[in-house]
Amino acid sequence: MLARIERLGEHTIYILQDLGRMGLFLLRALAGIGKRPFRLGAVIRQTRLIGADSFVVIFFTAAFTGMVLGLQGYYTLRKFGSEGALGSAVALSLIRELGPVLTALMVTGRAGSAMCAEIGIMRNSEQLDALECMAVDPFRYLITPKFLATIISIPILTLIFNVVGIFGGYVAGVTLLDVNPGAYFSGMEASVINKDINLGIIKSFVFAMLVVWICTGRGYFVHVIRGAGFGAEGVSRVTTQAVVLSSIAILVWDYLLTAILL
Amino acid sequence: MSEPIIRFEGVEKSFGSQRVLAGVDFAIPAGRTTVIAGASGQGKSVTLKLILGLLKPDQGRIMVRGRDIARMNPRQLNEARMAFGVLFQGAALLDSLSVFDNVALPLEERTKLSQAEVREKVMTTLEQLGLAGHEDKFPAQLSGGMKKRVGLARALQLQPEIMLFDEPTTGLDPEKSMEIYQLFLETQQKFGYTSVIVSHDIPKIFNLADQVIIMGKGKATTFASPEDIQRSSDPETRDFVRITMGDIYLSREMEKRP
Ligand SMILES: Nc1ncnc2c1ncn2[C@@H]1O[C@H](COP(=O)(O)OP(=O)(O)O)[C@@H](O)[C@H]1O
Ligand SMILES: [Mg+2]
Repeated sequence: MLARIERLGEHTIYILQDLGRMGLFLLRALAGIGKRPFRLGAVIRQTRLIGADSFVVIFFTAAFTGMVLGLQGYYTLRKFGSEGALGSAVALSLIRELGPVLTALMVTGRAGSAMCAEIGIMRNSEQLDALECMAVDPFRYLITPKFLATIISIPILTLIFNVVGIFGGYVAGVTLLDVNPGAYFSGMEASVINKDINLGIIKSFVFAMLVVWICTGRGYFVHVIRGAGFGAEGVSRVTTQAVVLSSIAILVWDYLLTAILL
Repeated sequence: MSEPIIRFEGVEKSFGSQRVLAGVDFAIPAGRTTVIAGASGQGKSVTLKLILGLLKPDQGRIMVRGRDIARMNPRQLNEARMAFGVLFQGAALLDSLSVFDNVALPLEERTKLSQAEVREKVMTTLEQLGLAGHEDKFPAQLSGGMKKRVGLARALQLQPEIMLFDEPTTGLDPEKSMEIYQLFLETQQKFGYTSVIVSHDIPKIFNLADQVIIMGKGKATTFASPEDIQRSSDPETRDFVRITMGDIYLSREMEKRP
């Protein structure tokens, strides 16, 4: 019994330590924005890796998500005789929920995992120590550019997701089924208000922070995360953990933000 | 011996329940070569990381140029680190940068030299270390020995006062090891740095050493010369000598006996 309480205590302390570490990590990453020299080249390169290279994935995910929404929406709305509302149904689902959430999840899988593994490998092969020994701040040099690139990329990708998704819904509802093309867009214009768009934008920024924070942070601390193990195995475990944690965090915060802001 | 540039005073360090250093004392004289030897896992790399302030001791003081490195704020620590050049066990080159960019990194980040000056300096060092023509390659395309030479080139860029080498020749064939040691001798004569070498290359490495520190069981013992080690009566040191130096040294000792 005593042993069990002790274990519980130990585990609690570990979790608090981990949260503290991650909190400090976030502060140092953000503080890196103000440090000179600013690494514009690195931010651009990372934006290409995280953002531009995710375009194809986002395009296909968005197109098919939009088409499914179009189909499902059509059959549901037809029951009430209001197929004309399809445009606004598709647009609202995308702008408020699916656009930000699915974009962030896709970026986590594609770029977040890669960032985590990259930094984990750099930690294990002493590259981060080497930077510190050269008196180069690893945050300013390495982590902050990834933060900025992700925070730039995810909102833009979300916008692309929404636009492509809305056209996917159009293809399914208007081209393949029999919704009136004029009704699709005019319904949308009438029902989508600024508040919906703001909610989507806030979500995409918050998700971007979560993804880059969790993914780079897990890689950075690969050597102290309990149960991760060492070497290549440690990196692979921590990468899996980063993807799972980011995905859960995105969904939890999606609920919280919707509840608070809607 | 000259004034010590690095001094450990009763340093203790544990990881969880594992006690790696249990009260370590030694002094490293300026401008000389100190070799740290000892079996694998005895805390040699940990000792180097403590010197660099990458790890903090649980107990004791680590004086670098007269100041305790564990009690410095981040700015002072950065300044203190400028005095060091480090060659890590695995060279620790940044994978995403070419050989040229790796060597140029400390100059670009820490000095105000123009691009042309950086280029000139880097190319000169690369040439001196026999790396000319490889500047556009990436670390993954290099052999182990080349990586270490690139690591050495990078460490030398800011003209360090103290060079730390962690197992610079592990994994290299004997010929390549000799080459690396030759490089140490040449660069040390040229730059006059204090050199601390962690090495398994025993007894070869002892030819380079002004003093030898042997680590084992959480303690460190300093010997003024390689000969002292062979004369030591401490059973653990004798064991270490027997295991690492093998028969050559033992038999030589036998010969000396009447
Ligand atoms: N960051 C760390 N966390 C936990 N244990 C460590 C860490 N660094 C080193 N150790 C442990 O300390 C011991 C000494 O390591 P090290 O100094 O690397 O040995 P070596 O003398 O071979 O260089 C090893 O048992 C190693 O597992
Ligand atoms: Mg070691």
